[in-house]
Amino acid sequence: MKRHQNLLMMLAVIVLVAVPLWMVKKPAPGPDGTEVEIFRGADDQAKDVIATLAPGYRPWFKPLMEPPSGEIGSLLFALQAALGAGFIGYYLGVSVTRSRLRREHNKEAQC
Amino acid sequence: MHIMEGFLPVKHAIGWSIASAPFVVFGLHSINKRIKEKPEQRMLLGVAAAFTFVLSALKMPSVTGSCSHPTGTGLGAVLFGPAAMAPIGAVVLLFQAILLAHGGITTLGANIFSMAVVGPFAAAAIYRTAKTARLPFGLSIFLAASLGDLLTYVTTSAQLALAFPDPAGGFTASFVKFATVFALTQIPLAISEGFLTVIVLNALARFNPQELQEMNVVTAREVQG
Repeated sequence: MKRHQNLLMMLAVIVLVAVPLWMVKKPAPGPDGTEVEIFRGADDQAKDVIATLAPGYRPWFKPLMEPPSGEIGSLLFALQAALGAGFIGYYLGVSVTRSRLRREHNKEAQC
Repeated sequence: MHIMEGFLPVKHAIGWSIASAPFVVFGLHSINKRIKEKPEQRMLLGVAAAFTFVLSALKMPSVTGSCSHPTGTGLGAVLFGPAAMAPIGAVVLLFQAILLAHGGITTLGANIFSMAVVGPFAAAAIYRTAKTARLPFGLSIFLAASLGDLLTYVTTSAQLALAFPDPAGGFTASFVKFATVFALTQIPLAISEGFLTVIVLNALARFNPQELQEMNVVTAREVQG
């Protein structure tokens, strides 16, 4: 039952990510022919809201280091996710083996 | 929820840094104490940190047509208590601020406050409440993780609304505008985070029942169930 439940939850996550991809349609290019961007970062959009609320505001500090290109940026994000996922996978692997060995050990002790 | 570098006025940047600092210091203290008492929990603490690393790196599309990312702080807040998540969140945010120009040094305090203080504290409080109300384990975790995630983004919206009130409508009108960008986008992502947290905790409860019982996360009855 539990495994069934986990599978359903994984499916739900995939659906939640996939649905917006086909639900949100790219609007037609504006009158000046500029393409409308979709699926931009919400952080970026907040910057636009700030620009409408306080048109005179200028950021007073620049990032110390910026990834030289989008590719490098996604490399670093992938690295971040890979490190985390790798560690979780390692720990779960260790835990699964340990609990199996413990079970086998208990069984032998009973014999 | 990352407020970009330089996008908070100086006073706000300093104010939020002062507000976050004690949580980070107290969190470090509580982590140190726990590791000294129970060194075997070190790996599990690593899992909580790793979960935040993974989830905050995943930028997922939302029905609003923009992208955002979950926070992953609910898992650690349930396992180790909310205080432990402040330094962990701070490390993740610092990594992204320095290497990725995502968030920033000047906005670090504000970002720590939303992601590593409000989110985890909300998650832990919701989890305790749900347990007291005798809700099932999975549902309690789901509510804690997803609402903690959502409240992080509500906090970011409030922080920006405080810094940039609407010329006509003041704080409230500005908050609605930022919340439309952040909180609305976040709803499906928060649900995803809830599910992912339950999946990981189900696995931990199955293969590490003793550790979780010692940490008062699950009861013996729930492990067998």
